[in-house]
Amino acid sequence: MAEPQRARPKPTPETQHFWDGTKAGELRLQRCDACAHVYFPPRPFCPSCASRKVSVFKASGKGFLYSYVINHRPAAPGFTPPYAIAVVELAEGPRMMSNIIDCPQTPEALELDMKLEVAFQALDDKITLPVFRPAKG
Amino acid sequence: MRRNQVAVVGAAETTELGIIPNASQLQLHADAALNAIADAGLKLSDIDGFATAVETPQQVCHYLGIKPTWVDGTSVGGCSFMLHVRHAAAAIEAGLCKTVLITHAESGKSMIGKAPRSIPADSLQGQFEAPFGVYGPPSMFPIPVLRFMKTYGITHEQLASVAVVQREWAAKNPRAMMKDPITVADVLNSRMIAYPFRLLQCCLVTDGGGALILTSADRAKDFPRKPVYIMGTGESVETPMVSQMETFNSSRAFKTAGPLAFKEAGIAHKDVDHLMIYDAFAHLPLFGLGDLGFMPHEETGKFIADGNTRPGAKLPLNTNGGGLSYMHSGMYGMYALQESVRQMRGIAPAQVPNAKISVCHGVGGMFAASGTIVFTNER
Repeated sequence: MAEPQRARPKPTPETQHFWDGTKAGELRLQRCDACAHVYFPPRPFCPSCASRKVSVFKASGKGFLYSYVINHRPAAPGFTPPYAIAVVELAEGPRMMSNIIDCPQTPEALELDMKLEVAFQALDDKITLPVFRPAKG
Repeated sequence: MRRNQVAVVGAAETTELGIIPNASQLQLHADAALNAIADAGLKLSDIDGFATAVETPQQVCHYLGIKPTWVDGTSVGGCSFMLHVRHAAAAIEAGLCKTVLITHAESGKSMIGKAPRSIPADSLQGQFEAPFGVYGPPSMFPIPVLRFMKTYGITHEQLASVAVVQREWAAKNPRAMMKDPITVADVLNSRMIAYPFRLLQCCLVTDGGGALILTSADRAKDFPRKPVYIMGTGESVETPMVSQMETFNSSRAFKTAGPLAFKEAGIAHKDVDHLMIYDAFAHLPLFGLGDLGFMPHEETGKFIADGNTRPGAKLPLNTNGGGLSYMHSGMYGMYALQESVRQMRGIAPAQVPNAKISVCHGVGGMFAASGTIVFTNER
């Protein structure tokens, strides 16, 4: 029997650029050309001022640990508990859910406000997830 | 909306609460509805307005044999029923209908006739939350807690005390699922679910339902039960994605719905005799006390840990035992409303003496939505 699979995102026309970006090793955000608001998740208009003139850009990939849980049960398919589900605040402002790699999944190791940097984890040949690791230096 | 123009004249829960292996979710809706209709001394044919969530109005109306001229299928999670009360009061005031039945039921434990909740892979949640291992409310609802604790200096012991105090209330309620006393140590030693939350800080999973009947305050005086007036109401939504809340230090939906209801009711916090804050998890009463303006968030943990919401104390909170100890079928808002109505009727098992104003505050999803109702038994 096949191993239970981790939930796989299915891009839509509005989010395709984001998933193309992660596959290419880039974390892509959007910025409003009218009011400069940077936002996530993707959509082809600004949720702050409603302008349809928005641009995709490559984010720095830097951020900090805003909050998290360490999930013990029930575990999602494809995950081995305990594992942390984190919310990262990006240097550009938006927050996103992610996982923290290269770090023990413990309250002692996972300090709020710790600096993080993006890494990329290929699920298959179509989807690559953005994850984060403790920033070096 | 004008205050005290609409009243609850019928209120009941399902005949049984807890584990109900002999009824489908739809039948639990009917059981609660029939109990509420009997409570109000009405016939099914008297109902001309209907509201429910998750199940559709057409499903439940057809099953019950109701022919409504006004329906509301607002389904924003566990506080949907607070929104139904608000919408029904407006509809009655506008003359769209005279007598509204609101039903909730959920076969949350037995899962009979209940569609599984699923997250489509191409939804925003499916793309930007599900791949990172969220799996049901216990892995999602507590995500803001560590930030909230750090910002306000809330301790693990204070968050554990929420469950302890609510168990004290549950012990006074014969229908509560969990009645044995617990200590802070018991909570902090219970099985880890999603750090920082342990089993006793997470809601129960049970079966049950409830129903309310509303009509105009002028008609309400002719009903067998003491009318419970709708004094103030509020509602809002924020986001279905917990990761995208504006901040983890408060809930925007709470901060919108709560003050709206207080303003409409024309009351101050000191006027509140009885308070329900939907507690799917132990942090919600802390968010609620702060976001509704009872006190700064910094003080909420100490306030509960010091016993200020216990039986006999100054702010009786979650007097049925709450979602942590009374019952939680998945959409607990209806049970919070039922307890507020019992308190205003003066018939609650853990009755607050001389309570005249009750505030009932609900959450939907993971801080996705909110509804607040202020009840009073004086017009």
